[in-house]
Amino acid sequence: MTNKRETRIILLAGALIGLIAALLVPLGNPGNMGFCIACFLRDTAGALKLHSAAAVQYIRPEIMGLVLGSFLLALLRGEFKPRGGSSPATRFILGFFVMIGCLMFLGCPFRMILRLAGGDLNALAGLIGFAAGILVGVYFLNKGYSLKRSYTLSLSEGLSLPTISIVLLILLLAVSGLLAFTEAGGGPGGAHAPIWVSLAAGLVVGALAQYTRLCMVGGIRDLVLFRETKLLSGFAAVFVAALMMNLILHLGGRASFFVSFEGQPVSHTDFLWNALGMALVGLGCVLLGGCPLRQLVLAGEGNTDSTMAVLGLVCGAAFAHNLGLASSGAGPTLNGKIAVAIGLATVLLIAVMNTFQKGKK
Amino acid sequence: MTVLDARGLSCPEPVILLRQAMKKKDDCYEIRVDNETSRENVTRYAEHQGYHVSVSEEAGDYVLLAQRP
Repeated sequence: MTNKRETRIILLAGALIGLIAALLVPLGNPGNMGFCIACFLRDTAGALKLHSAAAVQYIRPEIMGLVLGSFLLALLRGEFKPRGGSSPATRFILGFFVMIGCLMFLGCPFRMILRLAGGDLNALAGLIGFAAGILVGVYFLNKGYSLKRSYTLSLSEGLSLPTISIVLLILLLAVSGLLAFTEAGGGPGGAHAPIWVSLAAGLVVGALAQYTRLCMVGGIRDLVLFRETKLLSGFAAVFVAALMMNLILHLGGRASFFVSFEGQPVSHTDFLWNALGMALVGLGCVLLGGCPLRQLVLAGEGNTDSTMAVLGLVCGAAFAHNLGLASSGAGPTLNGKIAVAIGLATVLLIAVMNTFQKGKK
Repeated sequence: MTVLDARGLSCPEPVILLRQAMKKKDDCYEIRVDNETSRENVTRYAEHQGYHVSVSEEAGDYVLLAQRP
């Protein structure tokens, strides 16, 4: 019974999230990038000059909205609980390499769905790799993988990412001269919806994701693990709603929709590396317990293990652009391929060490 | 009765613990979790397996009692 009700709610929420994501593009966001947690954290890192790739620098209010939307709803529902201490350094490293995988593919799992809904067939390569990575992760979960338990922590610890989010918003609104911004037309960072629209979209999606526990990695994971389809329904709803809205916008002349490998916005056509990048993301996210979106939402609920993962994502983004690891429309870089290979090896090692170690509880 | 302590574990670990324990086909399981996501997921899984689940709160934790009807 609860099951059907939960499924109905996540279908509705997923549909709403898909609609909002598709609408953000004609409102100013880059193509098929109404939301992309990886890209937006990367842009934010760029605005703070943690990297200096001029094409991708902008504080994305969607990110702050997601954290604060989750935070506020969690407070209201009595679900804000500061906790953490479950292998924080490991989570940081996992977050780091998840970002390396995302920037190989050019998108987080959320954007992968939006790219599919935008007709970008390269995202299929990503989806295949993503599912494969999740399957490997599920193998380790079944064998007893665990990053050990978390503990209740102080209020200040739990407030860390919500506070950082507010500070970033203040920086954006009050002292934007300190920050670096991509000029309009200068790259994806220069394409964005108005600040208040982005913030509102983030708040709504953050609250919906908090309420429903929506997670892009959890869908396939739970299906394989438990034959449980709740999270997968949310994933599917995001896709269907974004696809329908894209078609409506296309027919209305507000956006262009075409199905192809070539010429899709902010993407490349290297099948193998799209798949390998997302395999790293799928495995890394299963080991983290959720996709980048879910990490932001959990951090908003006071989970500082997720805050560590988010900081790892940000650090990974900075490294990716400082060391030339991120792909571009021209394709992946050699450095990026090496980094993804190192990432896969590292993440596998983390999985093995936290599954088969001696003296494990 | 089988007692499981899944406090502090993040999903899906509590559900995997329960699934492992349910291989014994005990009539009653008591599972302790400390967050709402785990409460929902464990409840859903146990109900799928044909158990009736009741939830109580104890010192900030949730104690889930899964019993065969």
